[in-house]
Amino acid sequence: MAVVFERPKALLDVSTHYCPGCTHGIIHRILCEVIDEMGIEGDSIGVCPVGCSVMAYDYFACDMIEAPHGRAPAVATGVKRSNPDKFVFTYQGDGDLAAIGTAETVHAATRGENIVVIFVNNGTYGMTGGQMAPTTLPGQVTQTTPYGRDPKIQGYPVRVCEMLSTLDGTALAQRVAVDSVPHIKEAKKAIRKAFENQKDKKGFSIIEVLSTCPTNWGLSPIEAIERLRNEVIPYYPLGVYKDKEGENND
Amino acid sequence: MERKLMKGNEALAEAAIRAGCKCFFGYPITPQTEISAYLAKNFAKAGGLFLQAESEIAAINMVLGASSTGTRVMTSSSSPGISLKSEGISYIAGSDLPAVIINVQRGGPGLGGIQPSQADYWQATKALGHGDFQLLVYAPASVQEMVDMVVKAFDKADEYRMPAMILADGFLGQMMEPIEFPEIKAEQVEKPWAANGHGGKRAHNIINSLYLKPEQLEKNVFERYERYEKIKATEADAEMYLTEDAEITLVAYGATARVVKSAVNMAREQGIKAGLVRPKTLWPFPVKQINEAAKSAEKFLVVEMSMGQMIDDVKLAINCSKPVEFMGRTGGMIMKPVEVLEEIKKIGGKK
Repeated sequence: MAVVFERPKALLDVSTHYCPGCTHGIIHRILCEVIDEMGIEGDSIGVCPVGCSVMAYDYFACDMIEAPHGRAPAVATGVKRSNPDKFVFTYQGDGDLAAIGTAETVHAATRGENIVVIFVNNGTYGMTGGQMAPTTLPGQVTQTTPYGRDPKIQGYPVRVCEMLSTLDGTALAQRVAVDSVPHIKEAKKAIRKAFENQKDKKGFSIIEVLSTCPTNWGLSPIEAIERLRNEVIPYYPLGVYKDKEGENND
Repeated sequence: MERKLMKGNEALAEAAIRAGCKCFFGYPITPQTEISAYLAKNFAKAGGLFLQAESEIAAINMVLGASSTGTRVMTSSSSPGISLKSEGISYIAGSDLPAVIINVQRGGPGLGGIQPSQADYWQATKALGHGDFQLLVYAPASVQEMVDMVVKAFDKADEYRMPAMILADGFLGQMMEPIEFPEIKAEQVEKPWAANGHGGKRAHNIINSLYLKPEQLEKNVFERYERYEKIKATEADAEMYLTEDAEITLVAYGATARVVKSAVNMAREQGIKAGLVRPKTLWPFPVKQINEAAKSAEKFLVVEMSMGQMIDDVKLAINCSKPVEFMGRTGGMIMKPVEVLEEIKKIGGKK
């Protein structure tokens, strides 16, 4: 029988710890498809965050490093600067990247570090049980905003792609979602472009992936996808916020 | 051998280049900034990379990243900056990564001051971050030792897969002395564990300090402590100065030891049998050498630029079998040889 669909080689054949309905699995898969298609697994070094994807080093077949909370872009800087010819990526959540790691994120971007950042935004601290994230929407109920996020008390969400798009070192800042097949295809294309940018030494590329957390949103996987579509995407519009084409910072 | 007159901080930076260091990540802080300035000017020419990070936290994590790929890497800071680096140092230790970390100590706590201090002894030897771990801690007392110990720190960090610290102070960092750069043959250790791209030739390497199964975490820590035992047995080092017949043995390290040595000489001129044990490694602590000195010593006098931190290790080394007195200045104040001599006389007089 002919095999028409299989697991990407860059994704190890192990079961993951992610909750049912979580979209990390889709994002892992499309990232690994890109690594396979570019044939760069042996030349890639990934950096994991602290958060739900903390154990992603057991799932990706390339060499992996586990960073302290929020520090993945700094760790990736050390990896890339000592190995400029290797492909270096971070895989981070919203608490990691946009709260505790804001300084590392902004400065890696403004230095134009030639790395890829996969930023998974699900609006919550999933691993610790669903506390308010920097990206939690106004009104959203979490463990630490039991009456809903009140901007007067907890302030407003951070729009990461918009913020990083103002920096000269950012080569690509694009927001995608994984709520539908067309969006997943678009997300994969964006990740591919980010890695191509790294190959062409264009600088810092961040792909923000709007993701779901059925467990901590208290929704079924289908309801979570609907919420993503109806509430999250309108607050965080999809699209390309920065695309520095044609420049070479080598 | 090449003889040069150099400032402590610059000599240290030059030694790092010669020891095969390939990357340096730092953040400005007095009194160690000459290290960064020297490397910014000279490192690229020697094929190295100098990068100024956005914070000490970022700098130490860049060190973690570069070391993960098997690259020789260094960072430097001074006391408040080392506190910020402590998170990363714990992760580096927990991931079994080599790295060289310089602390040119200044007065504390808090923002403290910018004058020389030795008040980070506890931090360096007992608790540089959370969890069960140690660093190799070297204590230079001259610009020449700044050079020699940096080279050694790189080799030993690689050999034992652990962070190594040079615990200097603002005094040593800022002073100039003639030095010799020895022919450095940096030991290049094989690093099959490095995460530098598997190239399709091996299974993937993982650099990690997370072990959710307590049995596994305990096993890892046990393994690390077996290494520490070996280090304690082989790496502890001290200079023994006139200790063989000394009745009053002083214990001091770093810049303080230079002052104490003068005081010991003055005491000897006055017929007082004083001696000095100068720890060159603070972890592992030179327990054997202290006990060697305890054979003739009736009393110990520990002198530090702090309120008394190393004194506990001296007491523990001899199991409190002899009286151990303390003398210290802090906040950036440096004791004078005559002050130490007075203390020697005072203690000697108690006999």
